[in-house]
Amino acid sequence: MSVFAIARLELLIARRNMWVATSLILMGLFSAVLTLAGGAPTGTLGVDPLLVATTSITTLSVYLIPLIGLLLSFDAIAGEAERGTLALSLTYPLSRGEILIGKFLAHLAVLAFAVAVGLGLTAALTIWKYGAGDMSFAPLIRLFFTSLALGAAFLGIGYTVSALSRQASVASGIVIIIWLVCVVLYDLGLLGALVADGGGFFTKTVFPWLLVANPADAFRLINMPAETVTTLASGIGAAGGASGLAGQLASLLLWPVLALFFAWIALRRVEP
Amino acid sequence: MSVLQIENVSKSYGPVQSVRGVSLSLDEGDRVALLGHNGAGKTTLMRMILGLTPVTSGRITVFGSAPGSRSARRAIGFLPESVAFHGALTGREQLHHFARLKSVKTAVADDLLERVGLTHAMNRKIRTYSKGMRQRVGLAQALLGTPKLALLDEPTSGLDPISRHEFYDIVDDLAKAGTAVLLSSHALTELETRTDRIAIMSRGELLANDSLANLRQRARLPIRVDVTATPDSADRIADQLGGKRTNGCSVSLDCQQEDKLALLEQITGLGELVKDIDVTPASLEQLYRHYSVRTPEDE
Repeated sequence: MSVFAIARLELLIARRNMWVATSLILMGLFSAVLTLAGGAPTGTLGVDPLLVATTSITTLSVYLIPLIGLLLSFDAIAGEAERGTLALSLTYPLSRGEILIGKFLAHLAVLAFAVAVGLGLTAALTIWKYGAGDMSFAPLIRLFFTSLALGAAFLGIGYTVSALSRQASVASGIVIIIWLVCVVLYDLGLLGALVADGGGFFTKTVFPWLLVANPADAFRLINMPAETVTTLASGIGAAGGASGLAGQLASLLLWPVLALFFAWIALRRVEP
Repeated sequence: MSVLQIENVSKSYGPVQSVRGVSLSLDEGDRVALLGHNGAGKTTLMRMILGLTPVTSGRITVFGSAPGSRSARRAIGFLPESVAFHGALTGREQLHHFARLKSVKTAVADDLLERVGLTHAMNRKIRTYSKGMRQRVGLAQALLGTPKLALLDEPTSGLDPISRHEFYDIVDDLAKAGTAVLLSSHALTELETRTDRIAIMSRGELLANDSLANLRQRARLPIRVDVTATPDSADRIADQLGGKRTNGCSVSLDCQQEDKLALLEQITGLGELVKDIDVTPASLEQLYRHYSVRTPEDE
């Protein structure tokens, strides 16, 4: 029951803090723009318009979902420790695990809501422009659930940073660095390594696994299965296909679990 | 069975010993004030009772349970020294949340809001509250579920004199209902009449733990008698009683408890020379200073 009490309060705070509104506006706005703008040049090409839209939205989500996840979570433990509410909460009959799970459920719900609205908008706009026809909604559903997994992973990472740094201001700096590394620098680094290696051992054996080890890249690969689109969207996407769907799924499912586990370990060590 | 039992408890942070060999016990309905300078170890002691910080040595039991265990936490109400509730919530929402955590009906939370005098502001955001109002939210959450042990860390800081009075009324009601209350405070004067025992901590050690009357007796601090003289007679009074003239028309004297009545008789014997008399026993401030400046070697 304590888990739900915590989740309920966090949802209330997220609503008051405008986190819900901010995530909603971000996801909704970008989804709508990408759907409308992305569809324009493909009408004559005969490519499924929804596929084009989801490809654009995937590229965007790789940046946005981790960002929203980290922004929702960086303050969760450090902020409460600073305000003294963590110590007070821990004098109540509830465990640290319950606090963590309660916050996680609330933040995941905020994320799910934002993503659902964004993708719902995409679906509605696509149907409005091109008609329902024989459109397949599988990519949208896949995008939704993988977005949640990606968001959950970064929520967990955010909680871990929050528990370890114990100061909200420090935590906010660290999560921005993590975000930059995961969604930008990691890929750049891999590209650099690929170029340097020139198609040798690294490119064939190590690279595919390194690529999929980053949940953001695993997410990108899963949602861009069509070879042509993938190659267009991301130069390194095609090469990463070697790790296969199993590797990508494993990465997306393991990351949230591991990140939450680390967060729990870190939270257990906090002396409020 | 005592509600709280602290046996020879010490706490070290590295080489720093912040609590040294403290033993203290509270029974049902006890009101005990914990006094001490900043850094004396009061808050550390409370954190150990709550299970937020492990003890280095010694033993603490809350109703027979280990500190921090679920049954111990269920029995405790805690008001932290400084807590900043989330400003985006209303007082009512915040208190309902704590009620849910303690499996208490939210209607009880509403009653408590009325008890601490926050009903008029309960639907306002906490960020608009004054310091005293925030303190009341803290007090209300500490009262949820009628705790068997109430730990109140600096409960009256930020409260005006009337609010302090109301606060001690609530403490009295709690104690009457059987709750053991351990509170720490800097505001010494208000504790004199509102607590059963005074525990004084200094540099991590518990130097005294007794009723105010007993502490006074043991300290043998002088009672101060101020005599206000009629015009031009202050010098004569000072000559006869051997006191010290403080200004043109009053004389102050110090005496021990057992000499008090004799001295008063002597003063009334002066008849018309005396306009007024004030008798002031050693204040808690003086007692506190007396007990806390003693080093362990003096014992």
